[in-house]
Amino acid sequence: MMTAYERLQAARAQDRPTSRAYIEQLFTERTELHGDRKYADDAAIIGGIGNLGDIPVTFIGIERGRDLQERIACNFGCPMPEGYRKALRLMKQAEKFCRPVICFVDTSGAYCGEEAEERGQGQAIADNLMQMMGLQTPIITIVIGEGGSGGALGLSVANRVYMLENAVFSVISPEGCASILWEDATKAADAATCLKITAEDMKRFGVAEDVIVENFDAFEVMCADLKQRLLQDIQTLQKFGKKEISEKRYQRFRKLGMFSE
Amino acid sequence: MNNIVGMFRKSRNVLESGGITPMVEEKIRCPICKSIDVKRSVAKNKMVCPACGYHYRINAKNRLKATCDKGSFQELITGLKTQNPLDFPGYENKMETTKAATGQEEGVICGTATIHQQPCAIFVMDPQFMMGSMGSVVGEKITRLFEYAAEHDLPVVGFTASGGARMQEGILSLMQMAKTSGAVQYHSDKGGLYITVLTDPTTGGVTASFAMLGDIILSEPNALIGFAGRRVIEQTTKKKLPDDFQRAEFLQDCGFVDAIVQRTDMRKTLARLLKQHSKGGAKA
Repeated sequence: MMTAYERLQAARAQDRPTSRAYIEQLFTERTELHGDRKYADDAAIIGGIGNLGDIPVTFIGIERGRDLQERIACNFGCPMPEGYRKALRLMKQAEKFCRPVICFVDTSGAYCGEEAEERGQGQAIADNLMQMMGLQTPIITIVIGEGGSGGALGLSVANRVYMLENAVFSVISPEGCASILWEDATKAADAATCLKITAEDMKRFGVAEDVIVENFDAFEVMCADLKQRLLQDIQTLQKFGKKEISEKRYQRFRKLGMFSE
Repeated sequence: MNNIVGMFRKSRNVLESGGITPMVEEKIRCPICKSIDVKRSVAKNKMVCPACGYHYRINAKNRLKATCDKGSFQELITGLKTQNPLDFPGYENKMETTKAATGQEEGVICGTATIHQQPCAIFVMDPQFMMGSMGSVVGEKITRLFEYAAEHDLPVVGFTASGGARMQEGILSLMQMAKTSGAVQYHSDKGGLYITVLTDPTTGGVTASFAMLGDIILSEPNALIGFAGRRVIEQTTKKKLPDDFQRAEFLQDCGFVDAIVQRTDMRKTLARLLKQHSKGGAKA
C-alpha cells in the first residue's frame, strides 16, 4: 500500500502521461481551439472539439508539458486567469451545441504571480465554479495527476469526477500545509497523510465517483476502458433534461461537507 | 501587524459587553497615523480612525451592529456543529480555544435584517475566527442563506473576511467553494440581488468563490484582497511587490471592484442600492 506522500510523488512524476496524451488517445477528428477572446491564449489549458466514438465532445485539459521546453511554455501546468476564461468559453460553446464536456485536471495550482492577481485569478476561478454549476450539458472531470486546490477545482465542477489511482486532490499543497502548521516544509509527508488527499479518500468523501486503475504500460488499453466508461456516463446523463443536468450537478456538490446539527 | 490585531483583541470584550462603544476611557493608537484617541470615540466612528480614516478590523457582531437597523437582525441557521472529518491533529483543540476566545460558534453569522428599512438577508464573516477560514459549516451556512433568500425573495448582502479554505477540513473545505458558488447561482437565477462587501482580509478560496460573484462588489478602503498570498508570490517570483499590491484600490484599478466605500458611508450606500433593486424601487 503506497502512502499518501508516495502517491503525491507518483502524481507529480515527470514521465506520467499528461492531458495531451489522454486527449490524443481518447478523441479522434480533433480541432484544438485557442484563446479566451479577452486577453490571451494560455498554454497551460488546452482545449478543443473532438469525437469520442461517434459523439462530438469538448475536451479541456490542464497541460504540464512533456519535456522541459513544453513545461516552460505552459508554465508547468499552472494556469493563468485567461486559461480559466478560455475553458469557460469552450464550455459555453459546448452548451450551445449540446456537446458534453470532458476535463482533465493535472496542476499543482493556479499560477501564483503578480500578473495573475492583476488579471483576477480569484475572479476567473469563481466565475468558472458558478458558471460550470449552471451549465446545461454534462461535464465529466478526470483528475489524472495532481489536483492542486482552487486551480484544480476550476475545472472540476462536474457531474462525475474520476480519480486515477495515484492522483491526488488537496485544498493546499502538503508542503504549504506543513510550512503553515509546523513552519517546516520538509514535513510534507506528514501533512499529506493528515490532509487525506488520495483517490480512495476522494471516493470516501463523495468528491469522486470512482477510482480508475492505472496501467501506463498499456496506455491504449487503459484509455479504451476509460472511453467506454465515458460513453456510458454520457449516455446516462443525456437522458436527463438540460436543466436537470445542471440541477443534478448542484445536488452533487450541495451535499459535500461534514457537520452535525 | 501582530500588534494591530493584539491591540484590538484586548478590547473586544469591552466592546461587546458595552454595546458598540466601550465603557472605559481606554486609549487606542492608530497603527497608520500613530494618533492616539479615546477608544470610545473611535468606536463611535465605527472603528475608523478619526484622524486618517484607517479602518480597523472588526468582528462579525460589531459589523452587524454597525450595519443593520437597531434590533432588526434576526439570526438564522444556527446550531450547525463543526466536526473533524479528517481527524486532523489539533483541530478540535484549536476550535475550542477559538470558540472560547471569540464567543462565536463558527466563522460566519447569517440572518435577516433591515438597513435603513430595506430588508435583506445578510452574512458576515469573522476575521478573528480562525482567520475567517471556510470549512464545512461556514460553507453550509452561506449556502443555506442564499437558498433561504431565494425562497423568500430577499437580496443578499455579504461581508467577506477570510484567509481562504480551512485546511483542517481538507478537500471538504475546497468543495465549499463549489457549493457556495452554486448557491449564488441558484439565488441569482431567481432574480436575486447579491452585494458583496470585501473587507480586510479577503483571500484564497473565498476570493475564488462567492466573494467575487456579487452583482455589485464593494470594498472597504485599503482592504487586502487577493487569491495567492503576497509572501507566497514574492517567494515564487523572487520579486518585491509594490506596497499597494492586492489592496482594494489596486483591485479597483484592475477592474475587479465596483466601488470603495468608507465604513461610515456603508449603511447609506447599501440602503440606496437595495432600494433601487427592490420591487417598490425603480422597477415598479
